[in-house]
Amino acid sequence: MSTVADSTRVADAAHQVVRDHDPTEVPVHEFLAATFDAGLAWVHFPEGLGGLGVPRGLQAVSDTIIQDAGGPVPFSLNPIGYGMAAPTLREHAGTDELKREWLRPLASTEHIWCQLFSEPGAGSDLAGLATSAVRDGDEWVVNGQKVWTSLAHRARWALLLARTDPDAPKHKGLTYFVVDMTGPGVETRPLRQMTGQAEFNEVYLENARIPDAHRLGAVGDGWRVAMTTLMNERSSIGSSGSRRGSGTIADAVALWASRPELHTPVLEDRLTRLWLRSEAQRLTSERSRALATVGGPGPEGSVGKLVGAELNQHVYEFCMDLLGPEALTYHDYTMRDLQRGEDYRGPLQQRFLRSRANTIEGGTSEVLRNILGERVLGLPGDLRADSGKAWKDIPRG
Amino acid sequence: MADSAEFVFSDEQRELRAAVRRFAADQSDEQVVRRLMESDPGFDPKAWARLGGELGVLGLSVPEELGGVGGTLVDQAVAVEELGAALFCGPLFGTVMLAIPALVAAGDEQLLPALVEGTRTAAFAVGDRGGAFDPADVSVRATADGVLSGTVERVVDAAAADDLLVAATGPDGVGLYAVDAAAAATQARRTQLTTLDSTRRQATVALDGAVGRPVAGPDSAQRVITHALQVGAALLAAEQVGGAQHLLDLSVEYAKGRLQFGRPIGSFQAVKHTLADMLVEVEHARSAAYHAAWALGDGSDDPALAASIAQATASRAFAGVATDTIQVHGGIGFTWEYQAQLYYKRAVTDAALLGSAEQHRGRIARLVLDTASADGAPWVATGTE
Ligand SMILES: Cc1cc2nc3c(=O)[nH]c(=O)nc-3n(C[C@H](O)[C@H](O)[C@H](O)COP(=O)(O)OP(=O)(O)OC[C@H]3O[C@@H](n4cnc5c(N)ncnc54)[C@H](O)[C@@H]3O)c2cc1C
Repeated sequence: MSTVADSTRVADAAHQVVRDHDPTEVPVHEFLAATFDAGLAWVHFPEGLGGLGVPRGLQAVSDTIIQDAGGPVPFSLNPIGYGMAAPTLREHAGTDELKREWLRPLASTEHIWCQLFSEPGAGSDLAGLATSAVRDGDEWVVNGQKVWTSLAHRARWALLLARTDPDAPKHKGLTYFVVDMTGPGVETRPLRQMTGQAEFNEVYLENARIPDAHRLGAVGDGWRVAMTTLMNERSSIGSSGSRRGSGTIADAVALWASRPELHTPVLEDRLTRLWLRSEAQRLTSERSRALATVGGPGPEGSVGKLVGAELNQHVYEFCMDLLGPEALTYHDYTMRDLQRGEDYRGPLQQRFLRSRANTIEGGTSEVLRNILGERVLGLPGDLRADSGKAWKDIPRG
Repeated sequence: MADSAEFVFSDEQRELRAAVRRFAADQSDEQVVRRLMESDPGFDPKAWARLGGELGVLGLSVPEELGGVGGTLVDQAVAVEELGAALFCGPLFGTVMLAIPALVAAGDEQLLPALVEGTRTAAFAVGDRGGAFDPADVSVRATADGVLSGTVERVVDAAAADDLLVAATGPDGVGLYAVDAAAAATQARRTQLTTLDSTRRQATVALDGAVGRPVAGPDSAQRVITHALQVGAALLAAEQVGGAQHLLDLSVEYAKGRLQFGRPIGSFQAVKHTLADMLVEVEHARSAAYHAAWALGDGSDDPALAASIAQATASRAFAGVATDTIQVHGGIGFTWEYQAQLYYKRAVTDAALLGSAEQHRGRIARLVLDTASADGAPWVATGTE
């Protein structure tokens, strides 16, 4: 079988990388650049663009070898870059030079990426967004406000969805761009979240200029390009690790083991249910990975996002309930920006509060159930008050 | 037969699935199921013999030297899933899920060929406690010559079975015995019970001086019975997946076609989101059931844990999906004429057989939580940082 040969090829390449660039010795950027050059950043990408052109399911082969050797988990260092920007750039960037120019520093995590999609008036209904892009010769001039932009304060590049035709129906008038976050006309202001930290931001775009070469896909075809980003986002957000008992559930199980004096049968069954659900989801992710071919993730990825998000919340609710009043303290509400490399998850209480975002970010659970219902099961869509109307005539608020 | 990557079905397995599906569509449509469930013995022996003889799907994981085709447990799970989807009437539970795996584990050549051919059927008269075996629960006694006395309550598929596999406590401990039900008709009385699920019959087996042939002695009976219960758990989970997927498909079709307030009910989010949740349950059950089938076949996981994960997941999935199927259909879902009730009763029955979800979760707690390490527990802020 060719998959066996592919698997060996991936494993050989991974062993070679950790041999030539000991991840416990060399700087993280250097190591990750080497994995890119070896085609192990996204094994299903073409050779020369961080991949080997082999099935996507084989990524786990490489990741396991690299992580067992003490290598970093690049996704956690550049989540939007790895999870969403890379697949979008690979599919839609104009030239191979541009792809390479963007992908290599993305992979090395020298360049952090962010996603300028949501706006104050457009969240679940992303296609209703108002930020405008107007053509000016070889450039586009962008004006508008984005919100909830994770990592904008550290990002070098951004994925931007903007309106280029307000007279078209909402999905038809969008165009997709890559924006230089360090360029003129881009202003980032931190937004504080309920944990006290500032992970996300508001981004103001005032006459920001983008070269036309940095447009992804055709003018007016931004929605289709955005779908690549969103499908990948959802399939990358799932909580379960690939090893049994890893991921969020590990926090609850270890906490349980550390506090035998708090055990009761009712709590035990609650934890067992969570463990079981997380195991069933882990097996389901393994199954979809095993069946995945070279193509991108389909709407089934939404199962993992939906289950993972709710599971994270239930896991931390369980931990809080286990500890009771003991957990009603906090470490620090001082507003601060997360520093690179620090354990962003913080203490239990912060993880608990942070998990409230899981059912909102990357598509709310309600929207994901719509997607499963409509795109996987083929159920009819909801009644839409805005269908067929020009975007500028749709009520907003 | 060759090792295949977990969750990836071979071409042969896909063909097998299609063949069983065709057979079920032809031999086990709803009319047939309804006729058989109200008849005796509750299934069509000719159709059963075709499943064994023509399709060869009753002993797919039986090694060739024991009269089987030497396939894998995954093959058997595929066939069982399709039969479960069609609510096929026949002694699958007693014969395919339990007796055949027990006989394979015992290396018994005598009964297997006829069971695999479908010319005889068997029931597993071994009381289990939530899907696990405890010798203390055995209610039948055996003399040194294998003469059996005692009663086993509610044995699935026993009324029509030709062979009964009975656990009995003899002078040297618990053994597993085979009783020829026809030959021992007066010493092995079977009382057919009216069952909640008419497609899956049960009988009480009262043994009074029936002669049993030892299949597994006290040194191996526990292992043999435990193996059968674990394989049974995996196969039952596959059946549950088949039933649940069938109901999900049925509910989705209904939600697309039924109009209220001038629109399909599937466009209402309360209905759509219920169906989305059903999809998640079915996907989870499928993953857990096939993981168990793969792991029990190739030893890649702790069999007790894999079997419990499969049963704890699939029992809840099938029962939950069946419940929601009735709700999504409204009044018609509650009628005798509509098929939802048939599957609902099967779902409730399957959930209780070989251990409830709760019993399996209890077992998972022992296997996973009791051995867990406190390493890596998140730090808990104390307010004095
Ligand atoms: C921590 C965090 C990080 C984020 N990072 C980013 C980022 O980096 N880049 C970015 O672009 N965005 C980001 N987001 C934004 C996120 O994608 C949006 O918050 C999300 O899509 C919801 O939009 P909204 O907040 O406007 O809520 P709304 O869309 O107004 O939703 C409010 C409520 O209405 C419900 N609702 C809306 N429409 C429907 C419907 N059709 N059917 C049923 N219910 C519906 C929702 O489910 C929700 O419960 C982030 C959000 C969070 C919380």
